[in-house]
Amino acid sequence: MTTAVTKTIFDDIEALKKELIRCMKCGNCMAACPIYNVEKKESSVARGKIALGEAVLSNDIKIDDDTLINLIFNCLVCKSCMMACPSGVRFDRIILGLRAAIAKKKGIPFVKKALFKLLKNPELFDKGMKAFAAMQGFFLKPEGEKKRTPKGFLKGINPRLDEQFILPELTRESFRDKVKETIEAKSSQATAIFFTGCSVNYLYQEVGDDLIYVLQRNNITTITPKRQNCCGMPVMVHGDIETARELARKNLDAFEKTNAKYIVTVCGSCGSALKHEYPIILEGTEHEEKAKKWAERVYDISTFLLKVIKFEPPKGKVPLKVTYHDSCHLKKSMKVFNEPRQLLKMIPGITLLEMKKPDACCGSGGSYHLTHVDTALKIAKAKAEDIKATAADAVCTGCPACMMELFEGLHRIGESCNVTHTVSLLAKSYRAEN
Amino acid sequence: MINKDFIDKCKSIFGPENVLTDKAELIAYSYDATPGIPREIPGVVVFPENTKQIQELIFLARQTKTPIYPRGAGTCLSGGPVPLSKGVVISFQKMNKIVEIDPDNLTATVQPGVIIADLNASVAKYGLIYPPDPGSMATATVGGSVAENSGGLRGLKYGVTKHYIMGMEVVMPTGEVFRFGGKTVKNVTAYDFTHLFVGSEGTLGIITEIICKLIPAPKYRKAMIAFFDKLEDAGKTVTDIVRNQVIPATLEIMDKVTIQTVENYAKVGLPTNVEALLLIEVDGMGQDSVLWEAEKCVEIINQNNGKYRIAETDAERDSLWAARRAALPALAQVKPSTVLEDATVPRTKLVDMLVAIQSIAKKYDLMIGTFGHAGDGNLHPTLLVDPTNKDEMERVHNAVDEIFEVALSLGGTLSGEHGIGVAKLKYLQNEIGRSGIETMRRIKQAFDPDNILNPGKLVPMED
Repeated sequence: MTTAVTKTIFDDIEALKKELIRCMKCGNCMAACPIYNVEKKESSVARGKIALGEAVLSNDIKIDDDTLINLIFNCLVCKSCMMACPSGVRFDRIILGLRAAIAKKKGIPFVKKALFKLLKNPELFDKGMKAFAAMQGFFLKPEGEKKRTPKGFLKGINPRLDEQFILPELTRESFRDKVKETIEAKSSQATAIFFTGCSVNYLYQEVGDDLIYVLQRNNITTITPKRQNCCGMPVMVHGDIETARELARKNLDAFEKTNAKYIVTVCGSCGSALKHEYPIILEGTEHEEKAKKWAERVYDISTFLLKVIKFEPPKGKVPLKVTYHDSCHLKKSMKVFNEPRQLLKMIPGITLLEMKKPDACCGSGGSYHLTHVDTALKIAKAKAEDIKATAADAVCTGCPACMMELFEGLHRIGESCNVTHTVSLLAKSYRAEN
Repeated sequence: MINKDFIDKCKSIFGPENVLTDKAELIAYSYDATPGIPREIPGVVVFPENTKQIQELIFLARQTKTPIYPRGAGTCLSGGPVPLSKGVVISFQKMNKIVEIDPDNLTATVQPGVIIADLNASVAKYGLIYPPDPGSMATATVGGSVAENSGGLRGLKYGVTKHYIMGMEVVMPTGEVFRFGGKTVKNVTAYDFTHLFVGSEGTLGIITEIICKLIPAPKYRKAMIAFFDKLEDAGKTVTDIVRNQVIPATLEIMDKVTIQTVENYAKVGLPTNVEALLLIEVDGMGQDSVLWEAEKCVEIINQNNGKYRIAETDAERDSLWAARRAALPALAQVKPSTVLEDATVPRTKLVDMLVAIQSIAKKYDLMIGTFGHAGDGNLHPTLLVDPTNKDEMERVHNAVDEIFEVALSLGGTLSGEHGIGVAKLKYLQNEIGRSGIETMRRIKQAFDPDNILNPGKLVPMED
């Protein structure tokens, strides 16, 4: 096992100083922050949390102050504030750095406990969620955990898991167990690794099937390494930087065993972890070079199809009115927002109807929607109302975590709009060709 | 001062969910957008939902001599909402209802916490606008901008906040509720309290409801950008446009430092060898008059040796505006922090002011990018600083002193739109003189005999 030799912001809170100082407190983040929009409190928004970081560094408050811990974890890490910031403050680094410092001081189990203090019955929750939250990797061990259907565990555990709560059914066999590791294309134009992410592996397997189908149709040989893991983002956002590093190293080692030139993702969070987070968390370690090398090879499926390979436009008719939701990490981290829309417009029969604020966060934020139920539900319902207003038949997005949140939000306002992934609509069109 | 009893009473007035007392929460109310000013962590933060609660708080604060710091969204650039003692912050962020939109009387009645952009979005469906548009309008509240008399990009043609406030409800520092003004265009009853309270920076009373004036949204607009090799040519273009009876909605200037920084950062295709650029937008209700105004501007730009680009489509307009929007973000990238001033001079002194700022930058070895609202003489010299560099900060303070000195000597003012607050308090007498200071003190004492409302701001109570 290797350890970091340089002091990154995740290892030393003092390293945050140069990032904190760049915040002018102008307040532009307040217009962008989904949590501030609901709670209307300074501590909800980036600027307030930056002030808290400064106060920690100037010894005005301790990093293990109970209220401070709660406030620092009251963030979706959706990066919306970063899009609005005139100074280009890397708030994602700041919030994860502060969380890492809390985790270091108090220990990871404390952090999880502190978060779930907000819940009614923490022990039961932990038990039930182990399986259910596996797709978020929240409690995931690096090797992955066998899934169980969560039903029966959930009642009375979390205020969110009421009679309105709805979730796609968990699958018995994981996607990576099921799918052949290498699927050769007939006249292969390239070889790509499919980084499934936990959501596809455990929950939305059809998105994985559709991705492989779409890649096949475009003559791409697909490798889905059995040894890949959770991307690490879910543990990283809880400050567990060492587990994130371990997951990153294992994933990189799995990539190294292939001859692939590209990595394709169907999840904005996984994609941005591989592309933007790995080189930073592994800085100064022997995996740094590998992280950099593979970071350059990571593409969201939409970018991969349109900009990397020779793309065969689908011809089958899919008569649907579709609205597109921008996943925060796909748009705000990977900067992918044109390509999915371009793809949708290329599918015969699809009418793209833009909703109001398509890039407003859906309220998922990994486990945020379970730990901060009231705020998250308000965000999710507002999103659902925006979707409803378009009168679309389906809402399409580039991230399975968003799909889950949209699915539930729509259900809660009594809407029957379908939730789907861009790649599934593409596959649908290809399949309709004959 | 604030003790357990005070906090318990706050909780019974506002409800426990509307009172913040934990230190971590309070830290987040110890600042606004002004760098380098004194500040304190407040003792408690309350979120009122109605006027009566504020009245009760005033009684409590008077009894205990507790300072009150009213706060909108905290985007102020002069320290207006920043606590200077462990007093109570009234945050208006939850008192944010639009009470009424009256399209026939062209008014909107709002609670102070309404966000300016939200007000505009709500009146848009009637084809109306609320013109004051400070740079922070997506976040800033109507209440905060009324208290600060904020300006914006459209000041030259449409004026500033004070031109759009027709009346309000105020809780006086003595506890009475006072309503004045109204929906009528004409109203000369009593003193003009509306204009006294606009820009009073929370020192005279607590504004709890505001009647805003609305106007029809202009139907047509035309934007252009012009480049000049000489600062003097840009300055003359500004005055020539006005002399030729064209009043553009937007008439913005950027100096060479800003242009180069923007181009380096945003790559929007600006020539980096010019001394100044002007962004001009004319608007109006009739296509012909807007086109006539645009042609007139082009003619004047040509006469003054300028080169121009004119937007034919919305996309082209956006690309011209992109340069202006990038000004502050681009400058902010160069150094860790910025000091953004708003010294303002008569339009005819624009070039003198720009030249003076350049020589001040040279004298103190600082990088200063200047952009701003050329049409109304309101410039934003932006000093790029590293707050950890003590020597540099010293030079910054000296440079700022000198910028104000020059602005006043040119017949200008300390602040065009950011306010005095604490940031410019020490310069106040230089502009309004001894008699001005004494008058302000007497007004403050008459309204707020206990000096509990935003003490230490705007009015220097001691020499």
